[in-house]
Amino acid sequence: MIAIGPEPIDLAALIAAVEDPAHGAICTFLGTTRETSPGDERPVEALDYEAYVDLARTDFEAIATEARERWGPLRIAIVHRTGRVALGEASVAVAVGSPHRGAAFDACEFAIDTLKARAPIWKRETYRDGGTAWIANTPP
Amino acid sequence: MALRVLAFARLRELLGFGERTLDVGESATLDDIWISLTSASPEASRLRAATRFARNGVVVDGSTRVCDGDEIALLPPVGGG
Repeated sequence: MIAIGPEPIDLAALIAAVEDPAHGAICTFLGTTRETSPGDERPVEALDYEAYVDLARTDFEAIATEARERWGPLRIAIVHRTGRVALGEASVAVAVGSPHRGAAFDACEFAIDTLKARAPIWKRETYRDGGTAWIANTPP
Repeated sequence: MALRVLAFARLRELLGFGERTLDVGESATLDDIWISLTSASPEASRLRAATRFARNGVVVDGSTRVCDGDEIALLPPVGGG
């Protein structure tokens, strides 16, 4: 399952998408919106995400392919929201199903780290004082 | 040649468009297009080192030549997650 759009993230749907009777592990990651950015004390009112959807979808598929090349037979779901996301809600989710937990943990971390480093998605914070800023990711 | 140019996030705001058509001469490169699009915005121009280009959905470098009908995207530093 690869999806990019405005709908709230349904973690149960991601888990269902990676279930497999041959597997013994499902690892999930949810990224949720935070009320402040590192190094900026202004309270955040809301976040807006913008994506180059066609390229982001291709990139999510490439990340899943790269993870399978490194960790073997996995099932992977990656979902990212666009538009306004309220504080505390999930903006991104990854689920990885694998025969064993080690590969599930490793591939899940690889997927979210790679997505954050290169997927064509942008985040704008709107502060309670009315200001806004585009926030670029920093390496993990 | 006519191109479709997409600009995202901060570059969309600075350049004043999210999508536009652009006529360019034969053998134009992405660097040529960047210089032409940002000539009126010093603030956008300063973002060159941090900006990636995509041509028809594939990330490529600035020396890449464009073809009639290409979709060009200007990608500032990403912030997904």
